[in-house]
Amino acid sequence: MITVSHYLVVAALMFAIGLIGVMRRKNLLMLFFATEILLNAVNVALAALSNHFGDLTGQMFAFFIIAIAASEVAVGLGLLIVWYKRTGRLDLDELTTMKG
Amino acid sequence: MFEVISFYFFAIVTLGAFWITVMSKSALYSMTALAMGMIMISGFFFLLNADFLGVVQIIVYTGAVMAIYAFGMMFFDTIKEVKEKNPSNILIFVLGGLSALLVVIIFAAPMYSEHINALYPMVTQTLGEGDQAIEQVVLNSESVGVVLFTKYLIPFEVAAVMLLVAMIAGIVLAGKKMDESLTLMSDAEIEERGF
Repeated sequence: MITVSHYLVVAALMFAIGLIGVMRRKNLLMLFFATEILLNAVNVALAALSNHFGDLTGQMFAFFIIAIAASEVAVGLGLLIVWYKRTGRLDLDELTTMKG
Repeated sequence: MFEVISFYFFAIVTLGAFWITVMSKSALYSMTALAMGMIMISGFFFLLNADFLGVVQIIVYTGAVMAIYAFGMMFFDTIKEVKEKNPSNILIFVLGGLSALLVVIIFAAPMYSEHINALYPMVTQTLGEGDQAIEQVVLNSESVGVVLFTKYLIPFEVAAVMLLVAMIAGIVLAGKKMDESLTLMSDAEIEERGF
């Protein structure tokens, strides 16, 4: 029997994978992929709790998270393209113009 | 039984695909694995009676977001391996695990609270009469529509404006030099202007 805890554990594992990706990736495009994993993990947790309580609010929040993810990708990828045109690299370590 | 098998199948495939996404050296493999994981996550939503959310997951994530990534990667050099020095020390894995544990606690806390009532319960309707009456859950997309266009109408409109702003921002940022046609120029001209 699959309970809500199973779904939460899977969501937590997904979140852990996404966090490991965010922390060890140095390429900006790969960093974006890792943030998508984080957002998806939370969506699964929200849908599981929504089903557990028989309440639709969790699904509503998942919808808005999806909308935010879509707009984040549009703006972020535009910025990445501009940065790649200017420098030819996508390395996080080179974004150090504010270094004191 | 069917639910158990499908849950474990989706869980293993999703986690494997996401692990490839995080660890792969090639951007192309990474993106493909991410698209596969997204499709498998929609399987979770169908299992959780969130049909509409599952369909939106496929359409928006795999259809729109991954397509944007695919188009965006045409600007980048994706064939060569990504060179990055990955600090693969144990600290990162420990921190990732601990933060994920925190997320579980955040999401599990309301489960053990006794003061939670469903404000927007899944709508049910009664079919038949007398002894044969059965309670049936109205289609998920129908009840989602009712809640989305009553309680969450303002956030819905704000999200629409946000998507419009994001679209304009994406066009302005990525569409520099779009007033010059690359297809009508000769090769020498393109070389000269340095596209």
